[in-house]
Amino acid sequence: MAAGSKIALFVLLVAAPPLFDSYWIGLLTQVLIFAILAMSLDILLGYTGLPSLGHAGLFGVAAYSVALLSTVHHASFWVSVAGGILAGTLVSAIFGLLVSHVRDVYFLMITLALGMVLWGLSYRWIPVTGGDNGISGIPRFDAHAGLPVSGPAPVYYMTLVAFLACSGAMTRLVRSPFGFALRGIRENERRMKSLGFNTWLHCYASYVIAGAFASVAGVVWAYYNGFVSPTYLDLTASSEVFLMVTLGGPGTLVGPALGAGAIVLLKNVMSAYTHRWLLILGIVYIVTILAAPQGVWNVLNSPPRRTRGTRR
Amino acid sequence: MNSKSIHQFTNSPIHQLTNRCISNVTYLITQTLNALFSAALLFLIASGLTLAFGVMRIVNIAHGSFYMLGAYLAYTIATRTGSLLAGAIGAMAGVAIIGLAMERLFLRRLAAQPLAQMMMTMGFALVFRDAALMIWGGDPFTLPYPAPFTGSLQAGDVVFPAYRVFVIVVAAMVGVLLWVVNERTLAGARLRAAVDDPEMAAATGIDVGRVSGLVFAAGAALAAFGGVMSGPILGGYAGMDFDLLPLAFVVVIIGGMGSLKGAFVGSLVIGLVDNFGKALVPELSYFTLFAPMVIVIAIKPTGLYGRG
Repeated sequence: MAAGSKIALFVLLVAAPPLFDSYWIGLLTQVLIFAILAMSLDILLGYTGLPSLGHAGLFGVAAYSVALLSTVHHASFWVSVAGGILAGTLVSAIFGLLVSHVRDVYFLMITLALGMVLWGLSYRWIPVTGGDNGISGIPRFDAHAGLPVSGPAPVYYMTLVAFLACSGAMTRLVRSPFGFALRGIRENERRMKSLGFNTWLHCYASYVIAGAFASVAGVVWAYYNGFVSPTYLDLTASSEVFLMVTLGGPGTLVGPALGAGAIVLLKNVMSAYTHRWLLILGIVYIVTILAAPQGVWNVLNSPPRRTRGTRR
Repeated sequence: MNSKSIHQFTNSPIHQLTNRCISNVTYLITQTLNALFSAALLFLIASGLTLAFGVMRIVNIAHGSFYMLGAYLAYTIATRTGSLLAGAIGAMAGVAIIGLAMERLFLRRLAAQPLAQMMMTMGFALVFRDAALMIWGGDPFTLPYPAPFTGSLQAGDVVFPAYRVFVIVVAAMVGVLLWVVNERTLAGARLRAAVDDPEMAAATGIDVGRVSGLVFAAGAALAAFGGVMSGPILGGYAGMDFDLLPLAFVVVIIGGMGSLKGAFVGSLVIGLVDNFGKALVPELSYFTLFAPMVIVIAIKPTGLYGRG
């Protein structure tokens, strides 16, 4: 993105709370949270070429950890935040060991199954997770962090800070030598290997880093929503993140963020007018794949430098 | 998602009955029979999933929708005509046509793009789910038991419903039939050739496109058949499409993607692990699937019978 539009967007995001009513601020908060999540998936899907279909699971682990720490264990704000990020990252570090040597469709299937295992845990481990009812009563962000102000603005600004920090860190990451190595693995792993790169370790690191950023999104989500339940980490949730990335443009960070915005807004606006948003979402999937398989952002910025941001 | 099937696996009359049984052996036998019933259902669903994957590399998220549509279509046809058999045949034929249309009109354009195909099937899964909600409403239902299998079988202390035995036997027969077709017929030879190397198969004059379409349609029909067979016990309900799907995926991962034999063995493993897991540690069900999957992935990433 050009520097001018970056600054304009930044000003708009910072100045948003006084300008819009609380409904739209809430929506904007959701957009930013899912933008973090979609960008984190894109590190895997777009940059490393590893299609993860269980990403919402890691997001969920972090959100559930915050919920458990802040309600059952009455932990303080910073302990809950650190605990959430740590738990999500730890689970990614374990799962990463299981998936980093598989590629392509196999990666897709195994991450799908792992994501469903996490969902099953949230759904069936009732004594801890509350099952279908989830965990409610997560303290409000402003109260928990001890801020003197209340309303939708504090959680919005916290989300904005998290978004700016994460997108900044991810931008640096994908522009670093490490990020270019990931792209090299996506394009031709064998060549990277023969150049002396430890491709397994790169894929593992990519998975854990993506999981860590997804955890940040999960932590913020827990505070924004005040409630966690299994629906936020099921297959539909994971594939929605996948759709955000695909729709926006894999292999760019701006694209998935825009994709997240489009899907979150569509979902909320549509469900206000019709009960049939599931149908509409399904059609969005089909039309996206047929009309813009490389993502809207890549189409807008044509001629694309690559045909597709993902491994064949 | 819906918990119904999971509850009904463990809260079924069998389970309550077993609770009253004193003998551990009886308990063990009954649970094993229950596990075989789950395995039978899983095999019907997973065999189509694994074959479609083998020929087309499609990770078909809509496969659970075929299972759901099978149950719903059979319900409508059976209540209209009064014949369960007509319901079963109609459901399988209807779902096979839907599957064929999906493959021909949409998935084939995306040949060799597994991610795009997966997304497409996800879109269809959502469309089918909402369409089913629109057409049939969200109320759960069960199919009637076929008349000859309403009672139960008894051997010593073990009492087991005849219908579950029937499902196990039928699934075993389907397994044998699939094996015979796959290994002993010309169509099966063409199928194996298409799985092994689609390009070489096409070069020898095999119409790989037709094989793909037929395999996809047959897989859809098998999943629909699974929906019909589970109808009297699990019934139909909103969310059933994504209920058994993850289990079916785990079966395919363990057995090896594209392998029928793998689907058979994987179904048995998952049927047993899932059933005993639910019976022994109900709150960790699903998580108990983690162990066999992790072990298999660690030792052989392509699954027990999969090729790299």
